[in-house]
Amino acid sequence: MMADSLQPREEPRAAVTGGGTPPVIAPGHTFGTVTDKISSIVLTRRTPLWWYAGFGIVLMLSGLLLVSLTYLVFKGIGIWGNNVPVGWAFDITNFVWWIGIGHAGTLISAILLLLKQTWRTSINRFAEAMTLFAVASAGIFPLFHTGRPWLAYWLLPYPNTMNVWPQFRSPLVWDVFAVSTYATVSLLFWFVGLIPDLATLRDRSQSRVGRVIYGMLAMGWRGSARHWHRYETAYLLLAGLATPLVVSVHTVVSFDFAVGIVPGWHTTIFPPYFVAGAIYSGFAMVLTLAIPIRAAYALEDFITMRHLQNMAKVMLVTGLIVAYGYVTEAFIAWYSADKYESFMMLNRLFGPYKLAYWALLLCNVFIPQALWFKAVRTSVPALFVISLIVNVGMWLERFVIIVLSLHRDFLPSSWGNFAPTFWDWSTYLGTIGLFLTLLFLFLRFLPMISIFEMRTMLPEAKVEE
Amino acid sequence: MKLIAEHREVYGLMAEFEDPTSLVNATHKAYHEGYRRMDAYSPYPIEELHEALGSHHSRLPLIVLIGGLAGCIGGYLLQYWVSALAYPLNIGGKPLHSWPAFIPVTFECTILVAALSCVLGMLALNGLPQPYHPVFNVPRFALASRNRFFLCIESQDPKFDIEGTRRFLETLDPREVTTVAD
Repeated sequence: MMADSLQPREEPRAAVTGGGTPPVIAPGHTFGTVTDKISSIVLTRRTPLWWYAGFGIVLMLSGLLLVSLTYLVFKGIGIWGNNVPVGWAFDITNFVWWIGIGHAGTLISAILLLLKQTWRTSINRFAEAMTLFAVASAGIFPLFHTGRPWLAYWLLPYPNTMNVWPQFRSPLVWDVFAVSTYATVSLLFWFVGLIPDLATLRDRSQSRVGRVIYGMLAMGWRGSARHWHRYETAYLLLAGLATPLVVSVHTVVSFDFAVGIVPGWHTTIFPPYFVAGAIYSGFAMVLTLAIPIRAAYALEDFITMRHLQNMAKVMLVTGLIVAYGYVTEAFIAWYSADKYESFMMLNRLFGPYKLAYWALLLCNVFIPQALWFKAVRTSVPALFVISLIVNVGMWLERFVIIVLSLHRDFLPSSWGNFAPTFWDWSTYLGTIGLFLTLLFLFLRFLPMISIFEMRTMLPEAKVEE
Repeated sequence: MKLIAEHREVYGLMAEFEDPTSLVNATHKAYHEGYRRMDAYSPYPIEELHEALGSHHSRLPLIVLIGGLAGCIGGYLLQYWVSALAYPLNIGGKPLHSWPAFIPVTFECTILVAALSCVLGMLALNGLPQPYHPVFNVPRFALASRNRFFLCIESQDPKFDIEGTRRFLETLDPREVTTVAD
């Protein structure tokens, strides 16, 4: 009778739950249940009906992207609304928006790993997948904005018969290196994380095709202790490399603007303010995706309220940094006594696009303040709505920075306005379609939560002395 | 040589355990017994296991350092060569060797080559991809990627003796001991 009350399993479980806060994994799970729960989503023969319905819709949106890009290559970028003086508009807005969203994945997997934030484990896999798909969507815009995407390789330094080389003093060339390095390292990080789980799928798959495909991808992983040791070393080193990388990418993106002399762009606050904005929008997108996914696949045991609350807190903090950026922009516009800078600010507040600026302040600064209240942070519908609002707000921020600075710069004689065309919208919606199509395929064919890392968090994983 | 020839058809003997602590203890005991050519298999990384096998530090960090330095120096020299020697352009009166403008690309090249050498180095040191390995001949080994823990003493070990090693493994209180065909 005494032995019952002295069950040794209770204590380590309390360590995982960490006192009064909600647990990272719901109690009662074992190696077997965690493995079966996550791998059964992939290995089931019965794909849920809603998956087909959702996949059909997002595949149609991807089709819209194909149509838009085909027409663009056929006609030229004149089908978009950009024209002198607004040479960058929806394309670059969408590029920066997608790249920003891509930042949460690496932040969650690398920086939170180094900071030993164990709660990251349930969400890092699909946040990394989200990063890859967001970077893929982002890449489409500058690629097609060149007008001749089939010559995009001219951006890379390679010996050629023209004897021409890239101009390394240009931030646009830095961007090519930053974004392609980011895409490569994110892919490596994601794939390395997947290897042990692919081995699990290989060993558990009932079908021959599944065993062969997962087997090839797992590359013969057998869970040897010597392999695990090098694997963990590699994973930590990659995290250490990805951490400065993730900060550098949006910094370089901000240089695209900050190195120019256009009012509203030529400012030193841009790098930190862009990085904070990227993390802000990235976490908003992770919440937007995590909330429906955990409901659809009944993953409340693994993606608990603890995760949602922590992400809400990160959003609140980065949102405040972004708000500080807005305040600094306004302050410097006044304090610099530069009439072009102060006009830029007045033009944002009261010019033809004032609605976009006020909506941006509402979405990014005012509404997210609700996250100060615990009642909001613990309400799933409220978090979902706020995350959607922040996504919209961060898109508006990039639109305001790009279009509002370009459309009225120094000489009133060269002012002009921008209005998006049908093809601007269809390309944007199309990349959302591409992003979600890839995400649907990922959810169906790969484990969306890292199974082996979830095993390490279970109380039974501890080796007793 | 005689021993190896005798056991060529046998890769080793494998003991199965139900929890990580038993596997770590068993590995410790096997090490003290004098076995060296052995490996332990688990569904997640266990730090103590690597130590119990008597393994040493990995060379991986050195590979990554070399990769990073190569990327750093290579990236910088590429930009210097392009901007100052191969294709000199006067941009806003800046010097041809305008080193501050070369820092972002140098940084990105450092990270790129370091990350590539990290992943490729890890796979190469682990001998992956490896299409065939004898341990997979044991049907229950499929559970090594779920919830079971295995210790395999290989027949290449000088102390290996199919009867003696089996008797030794039985003393470690495993779930079962299986012969692994090569």
